[in-house]
Amino acid sequence: MMKFKLLAGAAAFAVLAGTAVAQESIKIGVNEPLTGPFAASGTYVTNGARIAADEINAKGGVLGKKLELVIEDNKSNPTEAAAVTEKLVTRDKVPVIMGAWGSSLTLASMPKLMEYQVPMLVETSSSGKITTSGNPYIFRISPPSSVEAAAFKPMVPKMTIKKVDFLVINNDWGRGAAEDFGKMLKGENIQVGLVETMDQSAQDMSAQLAKIKASDADTLMVTTAVEQLTLVLKQAAALGMKKQIITTGGSQNPDQLIAQAGSAANGTIHLATFAPWQPDSTPNPQAAKYFIGEWKKRGFDFPGVTESFRGYDGIRTIAAAIEKAGKPEPEAIRAAFWNVDVKGLNGDIKFQKQGPSGKESGQSVPNVYLIKIDDGKVVVPTM
Amino acid sequence: MSEFLQHIANTLILGGTYALLGIGLTLIFGIMRVVNFTHGELYTFGAYFVFLISSVLGLNFLLALPVAIIAGLVLGALIELLLLRPMRGADIDTTMLVMIGAMIVMQNSEQLVWGGVAKSVSTPFPETPLVIGPVSVSYLRVFVLVMALLLIAATYVLINRTKLGKAMRATFQDRDTAALMGVNVRAIYTATFAIGSSLAAAAGALLGPAYVISPHMGDIASLKAFAIVILGGLGNITGAAIGGFILALAEELGAGYVSSGYRDAMGFLIIIAVLLIKPTGLFARAERIG
Repeated sequence: MMKFKLLAGAAAFAVLAGTAVAQESIKIGVNEPLTGPFAASGTYVTNGARIAADEINAKGGVLGKKLELVIEDNKSNPTEAAAVTEKLVTRDKVPVIMGAWGSSLTLASMPKLMEYQVPMLVETSSSGKITTSGNPYIFRISPPSSVEAAAFKPMVPKMTIKKVDFLVINNDWGRGAAEDFGKMLKGENIQVGLVETMDQSAQDMSAQLAKIKASDADTLMVTTAVEQLTLVLKQAAALGMKKQIITTGGSQNPDQLIAQAGSAANGTIHLATFAPWQPDSTPNPQAAKYFIGEWKKRGFDFPGVTESFRGYDGIRTIAAAIEKAGKPEPEAIRAAFWNVDVKGLNGDIKFQKQGPSGKESGQSVPNVYLIKIDDGKVVVPTM
Repeated sequence: MSEFLQHIANTLILGGTYALLGIGLTLIFGIMRVVNFTHGELYTFGAYFVFLISSVLGLNFLLALPVAIIAGLVLGALIELLLLRPMRGADIDTTMLVMIGAMIVMQNSEQLVWGGVAKSVSTPFPETPLVIGPVSVSYLRVFVLVMALLLIAATYVLINRTKLGKAMRATFQDRDTAALMGVNVRAIYTATFAIGSSLAAAAGALLGPAYVISPHMGDIASLKAFAIVILGGLGNITGAAIGGFILALAEELGAGYVSSGYRDAMGFLIIIAVLLIKPTGLFARAERIG
């Protein structure tokens, strides 16, 4: 009897699996933090991805088939991120994945990509290690910290910076940013003082900020996501900190900072990877306007645009790769990524080789902007 | 020196809320011998209540705290009546599993209702800080500290100066004798769990607006609450109050003068030391409740 039940179960499963294959769709795995400390950012990126998939499907899909996003929550937890990658590949049989927002989340997923030989488009992560560790299944459209630091370099002499302290999230992203920006600043003869860290789920940074307040540095560079950044700005203001604050990483969502940190956000400077406030001066105005319009039409908050555009660009890049590959198969898509040329919202997306030869990862080099919050408004200073 | 004074001010502000978190948990353990894993979720519940009242319904922010306290009382009483009362007499492991299950259900319900994205509450307090000499603190955090101290004092009075408190202390010392003396032990259990829960909800209601409110905020809060309770001695209210301030001091000075990477480790290092040297907690010799 038991055996019969098992057989019946297996048969039912086979039928279910069969119908899934019969549907004319191409699956794309989306591995994002939808809960936990990075929930806001991951949700923005996922909503951006949905807009791209809907837009592509409305125009007839890819290779005559509809795109189907298989969205999974990695809970802002590296262990979960690896499990999600495995689940997407083995159970949903996706030929390509977009993910996983945070550097630690992406790094945890990478061995699984090697194991199952499935490519992943990295849309947000900044850690240098991602593209230099010799994983040929990685294609990244976000700037690594070193690219951000290099973009910031020519702006440094035009600002008044003599000595910099760092306050960074205690993971691969934050520590990598402190290292890359520290190296660049030292090259510009700017002193680097304290490097303080904060746990990704920490809510009270007063101790670190009190120490930084007492230092002789004139500038504080902060790297973390928007939720923790809001708390850092509020708590720095509560301590009466007068230092110039510069943030990195592209997950600051300046309008959200204005809304949630209020006057504490005034005077802060941010390195952003998309400047949606003047869509006409973005590299691809038509697409930017379409995306911003669609975002608003769906009732999402405007502040999310600076983050969600990466999900939109990510899915469009994946769709271009599938189109070039001619078939939705992992190896063909991986090879096709090297030939894509997509008009991204933040510049052309083309992959350059990075990392040890023979097993290079792909890295696209997007634009980086410096913006400032002045009196509750976002301004793009001319430099 | 001014940095040190700022660290001490931060310790007081943080310690007040830690103490509030610890007291609710230690009260329930001391009297009921129940390890309340839902403590962090009750904290989250209180925080979302403030968000509901002041941001969703647009009512007065100051109204939110008393309402959250009452809601915490009601929810705590419900948990006791529905989950713990039927489990009375079951061994501690079984009760623990039930409470872990309740925690998972509560956390996921919060996520279902409010979504995973953190919420922020605006308060009527000025954004410019209060500056006294070298020390600078936000008005909101001063309000939080004052309210926390008031609630701690109220709990102390309730347990030491009221008839209910006397019955609670009697139940703590010897459940069977208390029952023979006419104490309605079942009602005392419900009252204890309700009061402990409302203290957690109050802590959430106070701290939610100071931080951001998310379904996972209770995880780290309950971790700290457990640390404080172990530090102060299980069931020891004065110990939990002092333990809260000690943990805050350890974190603050640890991050300020040792390394911020070990900030959260500092508290646990102290706990390991306490468990090695004085396993019953720092204040075990004082009368255990009250």
